[in-house]
Amino acid sequence: MLTVKGLEAYYGNIRALKGIDLDVKEGSIVTIIGANGAGKTTTMKAISGLLNPRNGSIQFMGQDITGLRPDQRVSMGISLVPEGRAILSGMSVLENLEMGAYHRNDQEVKQDLENVMDRFPILRERIHQAGGTLSGGQQQMLAIARALMARPKLLLLDEPSMGLAPLIVADIFKIIQEINQEGTTVLLVEQNVKQALKIADYAYVLETGKIVTSGTADELLDDSRVVEAYLGGGHSS
Amino acid sequence: MNWQQVINGLTIGSIYSIVALGYTLVFGVLQILNMAHGEIFMMGAFIGLMMVVKFQAPLPVAFLAAVLVTAILGYLLERFALRPLRGKAGVSHLAPLISTIGVSIFLENLAHHWFGAETHPFPVSFATISYQIGGVKISLVQLTIFIISITLMVGLSLWLSRTKAGTALRATAENIETASLLGVNTQKIITLTVVIASVMGGIAGVLVGMAFNAVSPQMGLEIGLKGLAIIILGGMGNIKGAMVGGLILGMTEVMSVAFGYSGYRDAIAFLMIIVILLIRPQGLFGQSAPQVRK
Repeated sequence: MLTVKGLEAYYGNIRALKGIDLDVKEGSIVTIIGANGAGKTTTMKAISGLLNPRNGSIQFMGQDITGLRPDQRVSMGISLVPEGRAILSGMSVLENLEMGAYHRNDQEVKQDLENVMDRFPILRERIHQAGGTLSGGQQQMLAIARALMARPKLLLLDEPSMGLAPLIVADIFKIIQEINQEGTTVLLVEQNVKQALKIADYAYVLETGKIVTSGTADELLDDSRVVEAYLGGGHSS
Repeated sequence: MNWQQVINGLTIGSIYSIVALGYTLVFGVLQILNMAHGEIFMMGAFIGLMMVVKFQAPLPVAFLAAVLVTAILGYLLERFALRPLRGKAGVSHLAPLISTIGVSIFLENLAHHWFGAETHPFPVSFATISYQIGGVKISLVQLTIFIISITLMVGLSLWLSRTKAGTALRATAENIETASLLGVNTQKIITLTVVIASVMGGIAGVLVGMAFNAVSPQMGLEIGLKGLAIIILGGMGNIKGAMVGGLILGMTEVMSVAFGYSGYRDAIAFLMIIVILLIRPQGLFGQSAPQVRK
């Protein structure tokens, strides 16, 4: 569904991505794991169109989307829930959700709005409250719900568990799994490696702008280097 | 309370509000002070004047012509003075400010060249008609100005809060990156914003021409500074702030004249702005800090 080839991106003169190849199969959950500064968010920005790569190509459902604007990619079915959630804090929960369906003109927007509020009942309770007044976990739910309003084929999630209490993290991961089972392909960037590998079908490990290893989640869980570096295996941490 | 002065103050104030709205819309979306706004306003006034004087056009046609020309000016401003500077590495954040100053000088000189440096009277066919309500005299010119300004303000507010494009504009103003991730073509919204702001300036230009019976190439500077003062008073980028701020400034000016301090009119008005800002540095409707909670 998504094929990234030789992706290179720069911030000024700093080469943040040094040629990344990755492949996301339709219907799967793929995760990119790695330390801070490895280039995970940069990769997501490049896929969503926020950042123009200097080299490489991004193909989505057989089409080259490398030069397209973010809004054009949204219309094609790629939605990003960015790191930090990016809630429109001055706008109400309802307006945030409606903005999620901005590119749609079909009659089912209303029904989808009901569906996401069924999935996240807290949003129904807070529907007229300003987005900025929600708690961190609620904002994450709003950010995911808002992305779903676009009816994405590929949902990009950048650090959805960041800064959230463990109970809420478990909730969020359960919801990601449900969304995937309903047919949305998911590309997930996470520092919470244990949780990410638990739900992912396939994983890439990113280190200083390069993919150093990849495999099915089970393969990576058996890989001593991965366990040691990211799961604290062998060390008391 | 002198109701006559209240009416006068509201009339002038409502025009100021329209001018300030143009500034605040552009600032809200682009975080740029559009220093050419006053001169686009002046161009609107001249276009309206020329339609009335040269072509004997009725007032609605004069307004339409001013709207059309200032919309085009707004588009050109965005296309050639703002867009080339946006999102480029190494461009100072002051660059767009400077380029709009350039455009303002260009427009003022153009007006000098085309229309001459002198102040032109703005003839309005119904200038002598007025109505007596109680002890208050309202001229038809005042009434026209007031109705047009209020309609514009209400229309803009409804458009921003109720329509998809208006909501997209607010989203873009709040966070341009997020808006683009939600599927908004932010380039389009930016162009639309500058065009709408310019049209508001153009309409305000014709209104000021009517209100003061005077149009000159320098009129953009004075009103431009007032517009800037109003958005600082109301809170940068805040729609309500621009509206209320304009009315406050207009009212203060008229009242200081009414109480016999006509020579100090601007001084009193700006003194009041300073006092309000000392009490509320973020402006009347501005937020002191983002309300985002983690």
